[in-house]
Amino acid sequence: MFGQLIVSGIAIGATYALVALAMVIIYKTSEVLNFAQGDMAMLSAFVAFILLTEQGLGFTAAFALALAFAFLLGALLEFAFLRRAKEPTVLGLIIITLGLEMIIYGLASWRWGSDQKDFPFPASDFETFNLTSDMVISQLNLVTLAVAVALMLLLFLFFTRTKVGVAMKATQQNEMAARLMGIRVNRILMLTWGISSLVGATAAFLIAPTDTLDPNLMWTPQLKGFSAAVLGGMTSLPGAVAGGFLLGIIENLFGGYVSVEFKSVVAFAVIVLVLCLKPSGLFAKHYVRKV
Amino acid sequence: MDMKRDYYEDIRLLDSGAQVFWLIALLLALIALPLLAGSYLVYTVNLIAINVIVTLGLNLLVGYTGQISLGHAGFFAIGAYGTLAMVAKLGVPFELALPLSGLIAAGFGFLLGLPALRLEGPYLAIATLGFGLTVTQILGRIEYFGGHMGMQAPPLSVLGFTIASDAARYAVIMPLAVILTWAMRNLTRTKVGRAFVAVRDSDIAAECIGVNLTYYKTLAFAISAFFTGVGGGLMAFVLGFVNPHTFNIMVSILFLAMVVVGGLGSILGSVMGAILITFLQLELARIGDMALIGPLLTEISTRFFTESGLPNVQYVVFGLIMVLIVIFEPLGLYGFWIRTKIYWRTWPF
Repeated sequence: MFGQLIVSGIAIGATYALVALAMVIIYKTSEVLNFAQGDMAMLSAFVAFILLTEQGLGFTAAFALALAFAFLLGALLEFAFLRRAKEPTVLGLIIITLGLEMIIYGLASWRWGSDQKDFPFPASDFETFNLTSDMVISQLNLVTLAVAVALMLLLFLFFTRTKVGVAMKATQQNEMAARLMGIRVNRILMLTWGISSLVGATAAFLIAPTDTLDPNLMWTPQLKGFSAAVLGGMTSLPGAVAGGFLLGIIENLFGGYVSVEFKSVVAFAVIVLVLCLKPSGLFAKHYVRKV
Repeated sequence: MDMKRDYYEDIRLLDSGAQVFWLIALLLALIALPLLAGSYLVYTVNLIAINVIVTLGLNLLVGYTGQISLGHAGFFAIGAYGTLAMVAKLGVPFELALPLSGLIAAGFGFLLGLPALRLEGPYLAIATLGFGLTVTQILGRIEYFGGHMGMQAPPLSVLGFTIASDAARYAVIMPLAVILTWAMRNLTRTKVGRAFVAVRDSDIAAECIGVNLTYYKTLAFAISAFFTGVGGGLMAFVLGFVNPHTFNIMVSILFLAMVVVGGLGSILGSVMGAILITFLQLELARIGDMALIGPLLTEISTRFFTESGLPNVQYVVFGLIMVLIVIFEPLGLYGFWIRTKIYWRTWPF
């Protein structure tokens, strides 16, 4: 039982980790807490759904196109709204992303209503493999895990090995200095939003087959992603990943041994506990505000 | 321009004779309203009055003290469930149950204020968001409060009168809203109100000149939660029933939208924001029946969207309003009002 709980915790944690990564990528670069993250991903999942069912595209083409859409959507939102706010406050930025979230949610529910759709996916949640005698993992979980780990590795390589990735890091550390070094900060921010949206959309593609596709798809995962990000420290990419896996495991163990009913509350309890005891998260350096 | 010459002029509730005149006119209009208007309009005004109370509370926290909260639906739920449970299950009279559940909400506000001492900005937003969701999750699992089915409001009687119609509820809600607005305006002009503003502008500077941060931050949370709890208690009786879904995250976001759209740190702004958003919320829910825009939108819906999803247009409108307000008029409707006033006062220069 314990092993099984850990295994499925890791599998569900992989999706939390992806959502948390998407949050942290934006937060780290521009200190914007993106509440629209989940709904941007939800919209991309719907695009994939339309391409798969109504346009009859194959999985590869549909997912690739939907990811391209996600990238453009993220870049567009940054360009059209976030950049337009002059000297925004923290509250102002939160309000803008909340507003974007409502716009996307409203449009999606206007278009697709609240009837629930089955999201087609090449891997099944019901075919399982035996790891040991009493531990099983479903095909879907395995794919989720593989995709998540691969994406994390790619992101790691991107941030350490490519010019754009290094420019993003420079922008995070000191925007003014980055600008003086000839980095086009606006373009970097736009790219950041695009990449974050892409990561979020991947998470949505992996979450949608476990659930039904409707405009509320990403609300719970987004909140789990928030708690994972807080748990790992909002400014650390490896922290977000670790936080996602940890949260998945903690949640599953709680559901298995303490109470299934209150399983969904665990994430918030974790947020409050972490924020009270170690506000900068488990893996980030302590954050000191400059006066 | 009018200039403040001494301290008493500065803390006076009403600045000029014109304000006194308009205040009296407004109060007379509020008294006359249920006698003249139809039931639906009175119902609308009831909802607006409740939202004014909540918005005032949230504005005290967000606009005056600078603490972000995305969890006010939680206090709203505590107020509503507390009042209903006390009236229906324990037989406490409504006059007592309402302030008591306001105080319970204030207690939770104090508790939420404690972690808020160490958090700021985005972290606080996440923590309060978690609080709001946890409250409704837990309420929905307690059988005493009716679980997922929620609770039915019992027949209401206040001071021996049975309250059944919208007009009668108006007679309960509106005086409360007026008194609480007046109390809030008073509060913001006292030492406490100034301490809140000092905490907002720079908490370190405030601490240096002797403002006790622990005390004032938790106090702001508690007062804000009290207003919201009272609003929730009233809302339970206007709606007639509550279930956990009544208090979803959209409710928290809309409260915040009322504050931001109306104007941060302004009483008049809170009132304007609550009126605008509540009115839009009720109107946009049945936008298909509206003249001129209705048929056009229905046409668009059938061609590109779905007709059953048309009421969701309200979220698009609210989202757009929130985004545009932050980008173009960060002070909200209040800022717009001030600018208009100055424009006409100095016209033609």
